[in-house]
This record gives sequence, C-alpha cells and structure tokens, in this order.
Amino acid sequence: MGFFIAQLLTGLANAGALFMVASGLSLIFGVTRIVNFAHGSFYMLGAYVGYSLMQVLPGMVGFWTSILLAGVIVGLIGVIVEICVLRPVYRAPELFQLVATFGVILVIQDLTLMIWGAEDKLGPRAPGLAGVVRIMGEPIPKYDLALLAITPFVALALWYLITRTRVGVLVRAATQDREMVGALGVNQSWLFTGVFFLGCALAGLGGALQLPKGGADLLMDFNILTAVFVVVVIGGMGSLPGAYLAAVLISVLGVFGVTYMPQSTLVLMFVIMVLVLMVRPYGLFGRPEVAGEHGQVGEPERPIKPAGAQVRMIVAAGLALLGLMPLYGSSFALVLTTDILIFCLFAASLHFILGLGGLVSFGHAAFFGGGAYVAALLVTYADTPMELAMLLAPLGAGMAAIIIGWVCLRLTGVYFAMLTLAFSQLLWSLVFQWGEVTRGDDGLVNIWPSSWASGTTVYFYLSLVICVGGILFLRHAAHAPFGYALRAARDSARQAEATGINTKRVQWAAFALAGAMAGLAGGLFVFSKGSVFPNELEIARSFDALIVVFLGGVKTLAGGVVGGVALEGVKDVLTRFEYWRLALGVLIIVVVILAPDGLVGTARKLAERTGLLRTPEDSK
Amino acid sequence: MTIVLETKGLSKSFGAIKAVLDVSFVLHKAELLAMIGPNGAGKSTCFNMLMGQLKPSAGTVWLNGQNLAGLGPRQIWRMGVGRTFQITGTYASMTVAENVQMALISHHGRVFSILPYAHRLYRDRALDLLALVGMADQADRHCAVLAYGDLKRLELAIALAHEPSLLLMDEPTAGMAPRERIALMQLTADIVRDRGVSVLFTEHDMDVVFAHAHRVMVLNRGQLIADGTVEQIRTDPRVQEVYLGGGTLFNPAEESADA
Repeated sequence: MGFFIAQLLTGLANAGALFMVASGLSLIFGVTRIVNFAHGSFYMLGAYVGYSLMQVLPGMVGFWTSILLAGVIVGLIGVIVEICVLRPVYRAPELFQLVATFGVILVIQDLTLMIWGAEDKLGPRAPGLAGVVRIMGEPIPKYDLALLAITPFVALALWYLITRTRVGVLVRAATQDREMVGALGVNQSWLFTGVFFLGCALAGLGGALQLPKGGADLLMDFNILTAVFVVVVIGGMGSLPGAYLAAVLISVLGVFGVTYMPQSTLVLMFVIMVLVLMVRPYGLFGRPEVAGEHGQVGEPERPIKPAGAQVRMIVAAGLALLGLMPLYGSSFALVLTTDILIFCLFAASLHFILGLGGLVSFGHAAFFGGGAYVAALLVTYADTPMELAMLLAPLGAGMAAIIIGWVCLRLTGVYFAMLTLAFSQLLWSLVFQWGEVTRGDDGLVNIWPSSWASGTTVYFYLSLVICVGGILFLRHAAHAPFGYALRAARDSARQAEATGINTKRVQWAAFALAGAMAGLAGGLFVFSKGSVFPNELEIARSFDALIVVFLGGVKTLAGGVVGGVALEGVKDVLTRFEYWRLALGVLIIVVVILAPDGLVGTARKLAERTGLLRTPEDSK
Repeated sequence: MTIVLETKGLSKSFGAIKAVLDVSFVLHKAELLAMIGPNGAGKSTCFNMLMGQLKPSAGTVWLNGQNLAGLGPRQIWRMGVGRTFQITGTYASMTVAENVQMALISHHGRVFSILPYAHRLYRDRALDLLALVGMADQADRHCAVLAYGDLKRLELAIALAHEPSLLLMDEPTAGMAPRERIALMQLTADIVRDRGVSVLFTEHDMDVVFAHAHRVMVLNRGQLIADGTVEQIRTDPRVQEVYLGGGTLFNPAEESADA
C-alpha cells in the first residue's frame, strides 16, 4: 500500500512540468491556431536558463527566484520569436506556420549547444528540500512534495486568469472566434503576442521546475514534445482542466508502467491516447471543430492541367541528365542522389494527401519507417530476397495505412493530424521497445540488396526508375478522376456527398495509396543503407516530410518534389558546418517569410510578375 | 397527375423544440412547388430532412414509391434527387467545366478511376449543361473567381448532371440581384417544362414565388398552414396574418396548450 501511494505521489509530481508545458501549447493553439512545434524547445530553454541563474543566485530565495525568472525570460524569448518569425506568416496558408516553428526548433537547439555546451547539466538540489520524507515507510523526495503543492497552485492561478479576468475573457473569446474579437476592436497582434508570452513562460517555468529531478540536456525538447502532444490531445485542444487531468493520467501511468511493465511504457501511453480518441474523438474536454472554423487562408488553389509539351521536354531532359549521372558523377554523388530520390518519393506521397486531399498527417513516417521495417524484418527472419521484400514493403505499409486511416479519418483538421501522430508514435514505440523482434535501438542491420543490384550504379538506376515512376504515377493520379474526387472532397465535402461521391472512402483510398508509396520509399531506403533504426519512424521524420511539402508549396503539384530536392540538397551542404542546424533553421525561417506560397508557388508568381509566365486571365 | 414526392407526418424535434410538426404534402411530376414561411418556420429543417442531412423524428418521405426518410445524402442522390444549396458549395480549385465534369464522373460511377485524364471526360456533356444554364462562355474560368449568381447557376448545372427526377433548391435566388432572380427562376421553370423535372424550392422573395411557382405551401412555426395555388395563397387570411402581422405570429390558444 505504501509503495502504491509513493508511486502515485511520484506520478503526480511528474505531472507538474508536463501540465505547464501542455497548457502553454494548448493556450497558444486555442488563440492563434498555431501548433507550436517549438514548444519543447522553450521548455528546454527554461531548464538551461534556470540552471545558469541558480549558479548566480544563492540559497533558497535564489533558487525560487531563478525558477520564476527563468519563466519570465523564456516568455520574453517567446515574444521575440513571435514578433520576428510568426507575425510575418500569420496570413500564410493554414498550418504553414508549422514550418516556421520547426525552424525555431533548429535555431534554439544550436544556440543552446553554443551557449551551454554539449554536456548534460545536473540540476542543483533545491535548498532545504534535498532529503526524503517517509510516507508509510516509503521514501518520497521532499522536492516531489513541493511540486505536488506548486502544480495545483499554478493551475488555479491559470484558471483564475482565464475565467475571471479581462485578459481571460479576451483569450476565451479569441479561442472561439478570433475574427469577431478583432472586429470588436481588440488589438489582435498584441493579444497573440501576450498569449505567446504566457504559453512560453509556462513552458520555461516547467523546464526550470523539473531541474532538481531531471537536469538539463539537449534532447529535452523532442522528448517532452511527444508527451505534451499526447497530453493536449487526450485532454482536448484548448482545455486547461483537460490538460491537467491528462498530464496526471500520463505521468501516473508512466510511473506505474516503469514498475510493472518496463518494456512497454511508451506503448502504453500511445495505446491510451488512441483508446481515448476512439471513444472521445476530441479528447476528454475538447469540443468538436466547427466546419470551416479555420477557413482557408489565402487564395484558393488554381486549377491544374497536365504538363504541356514544353514542360514534358524539360522534365525529360532533366531525367536524361540524371540518368547519365554515373558517367560524370562521383559515387558519393550517386549515393546522395539516391537518398534524395527516395526522400522525394516519400515527400510526394505525403503531398498527395496533404496537397490534394487537405489531410494534414503528422505521422507519415509511420509508413516510410513501416515499409522499411517490413522489408528488414522479412530479410532478417525469413531470408526474403530483395525483390519480394521490396514488393511487400509497400503492401505492408499500405495495409497499415488502411487500418490507421480507418480510425483517423473519422476526425478532421488538427485532430486528424494529432491522431495520425499518435499512431505513428505507437508504431515507433512498438519498434523501439519490442527488442526481441526489432532489436530496438540497435536496429536491424545487414540488409543488403540482391547481388545484381548491389553496385552503387545499379542501385542508383533501380531507385531512379522506382522513385520517378512512383512520383509520375502519383502525379497522374492527381489528374485522374480519383485525384479530382480527392480535391472535390477537400473543396466542398457537402457538394461532393450530394452528388454521390463517398468522400470518406475517397480519402481513405488516397491515404492507403500514400501509405503504400511511402512504404515503397522505405523499402528502397533500407536496402540502400543496409540497416534501419527506429528513428526512421520518429516524429522528426514525419516533420521532415511535412516541412518539405510546405516549403515546396502545398498548392502546387510539384511542391513535394521540389521541396525534397531543395531541403536534402541544402542539408547536404550545411551539415559540413558545425552549427548547421542554426544555419538551416534560419534559412527555413527566411524562406517561410519571403516565400509564403512555398518555393514553387512563389517562383510561379515571380515569373508571372516579370512576364516570364503568362498570368491566367482570372487572377489578374 | 403522377405523384413524385409525398411526405406523411414529417416531424423533427430538437429536445423540447418542435421545429417541424406533422408536415404532409405531395409534389407532382413537372410541378414547381414553393415552400415559404417566415424565418424560423422550419423550412430549412424540412429541406435538410428531405436531403438526408437530418434524420426525421417521425414521418415518412416517399419518392416514386420508395421511403427515403433517414437515408444519407448519397443514397438520396442515387434515387434521383438533385439539390442546390442555400450557401453554394462548389469546388473552388477547379474550372467551371470541371465542376460539372466531376458530377458527371460520379454520375457514371467512375470516381475511383485512375487511368484517364479527368478534364477530358464528359467535357461535351458538361458544356451542354453549362449552355443550358447560360454559363457556356465561362466554362474555362477558375471557379473561385465567379460572381455569386454565377455560382448558383453552376450549382444548378451540377445538380442536373445526374438527370434528377426531383430537384430540391434551398433559397436558389438568395444573394442575387432582382434581375438575376427572375432569370434563374425562369430558367428553372423552363427546365421543369422541358424535362419533366419536379422542383421544390424555398424562397423569401414573394415576387419570385408568385411569378413562377405552380403551387405554394406556407409553413409557420413548424406546421403547414396553407397549401394551394398562387391565387389562393395570396388571399388566404392566415397567410396574410403570418406575413403582414396580425399582432401575433401564432395562435395564442395553441401556444398556451404547448406550454
């Protein structure tokens, strides 16, 4: 019994930081409709800033002042980010801001590395709270008890702010209808900035508060991000009580999981998330998204036409140039190009559902990594030849997409995105923790192509044929009735249904097709590298594809491919420098601000303005 | 005259509110039937039940001998019902012709087809339909830049792609200029005459209703209070009371019975 209570108390104490970060994310999303990927980075900053302050400020007063100051400082950093990075892109198409926040993650990561170094920082003990208290014979750290007391206090203060003050009224009003709030004369810019300050300060506070328990390290940002997404989704986007309840639920379960099921703690978290969402699609305290609530920002997509003779000639010439690469390129160039080709197929598959279908998936890596693992497992355990494995990879990924799509497509918008994220994380945690089969973190190695395809040149041609074939196939599908139906379902599901189009089934089929194509890319990937690790299924992988599609241009057919080439190419150049993340992050942010229509869209507009391309009569 | 659509005791309540109560009417072949009533009379609720957006609490809807109460929009479409929306729903990313072609692709059951180019399928037929609604000259324009009245006409072409026997039009002329209204209703009347399509529409503009409808139904507080020719409706004292106001929009005795 004592042990049980001790576990419960530890879980509740752990919930504190999680709740603060999650409520900050939730607040920011509610008001600005931005899913702040960088929220974990502010949490990390809070820990580092708090650490440095504690070195300077002595004693008990210094300790607590440091924590408070860390929150304020991180909040101010958040304000700088909001003003410099997000303000210019609020008008960009929906969710485009994700790319900007991803750039912020990279910048903060490298700046932190620059300032505080690569070594993990051991958090200082809280003065006066260093020991343990025995409750029913079980030792409980005093600091845990302090956290236990602080968290409800913060939660209550937040609740008071939101429900009882004028600021709170504005925040709640903006959450419901920000256009109306603007029309009533509230300065939206400063409301957004204020909320960003509050949200980031909460994240920083959470980071500083957990210092004595966890210290500070450079992996904190992504580590907490997943848990925070889970908490926000289980609790319901925009709901503070929901965030609190879910944070407690996840933390307590985590503690018990470590004790009773150490092999499946992560799986447990995502299984719970999936279960909650299947029963309550909008989280415990969330409310359904009202259709059209976010409205398509920016101009609608233009009609598409298959490429004309001229463009086809250019593409054919480009392909010929690629095909002759073994004659003039080094073998390193061939390997790099193979990587880019595979990545482009992956990005194009995401673009198919995101661009044409408006289905923003945060978990597309599930199918890329899934395909890779299907192939790798088949080779490892069944000695499957490459040809068969490469055929079964897209099939396996497609099957996974059919199942995952069936559940996720019951939701729309950001909830759909979150559910896809949950499923991909579930898959990742399965692979990560089911070591007997997947070898966990050690990955599956020695997966080599058949002997005929083992040369760099041959494998390059194999990838070229499959990837270009796959991309062209997806492109053709976009021009076929199926692709049109997918766009119809996005543009007006109401009209589509009223004219006999089963929109959900169309989206489901598209989701499965995109999953299979990503699986194909994954199959190619595993044989080109000879190994696969769980990080191919990771959240960061999904983000990579997402960034590429947005960067290239959601509203243009070539967006996925162009973005893929651009990002992978730039990455290859930049990774030679020590602080490449910083450079890449800044570059991404600059591109986002300068080219809000994506690379292809902005290039097209530029060409039209300078007279290189004819402006369509209708958009003059 | 052949009966195309017949509702019997159609009702819908939301909690304690009876939005539509015991509405029964018939619609004959090639008839242009208007449903009018003040705001909140239950017109939209009625329409949404006919179109499959809402499930009736009670009652039946017979279409050519089949009960469609409680079916979804797709099944109702399959039974030969076309519709236009009060707030237009068109595919903003496509051209005008492609909007109609999409409906034709669905009509021919080729939504999942992945081989042909969609913009080449049924283009001639789409142009014919656009010509019918007077939009042929705009066939290749981007749908997103159309004027509102043109969107309404486009929706009509989309609905006709399925060769419906019944056309449901929810406020077809809302948001249009007076001249456009007359033109659109004249067009609808022509379609009814030439193709034998039956049309049920709701409308706020009495000029439009009295100029074109073959028959008019009046809904008030969820109940059908009148059903007759334009002349009968014009002179019906209860209708006048509802529209011009006799002090109350309802029967006080009935109200106290409800409470």
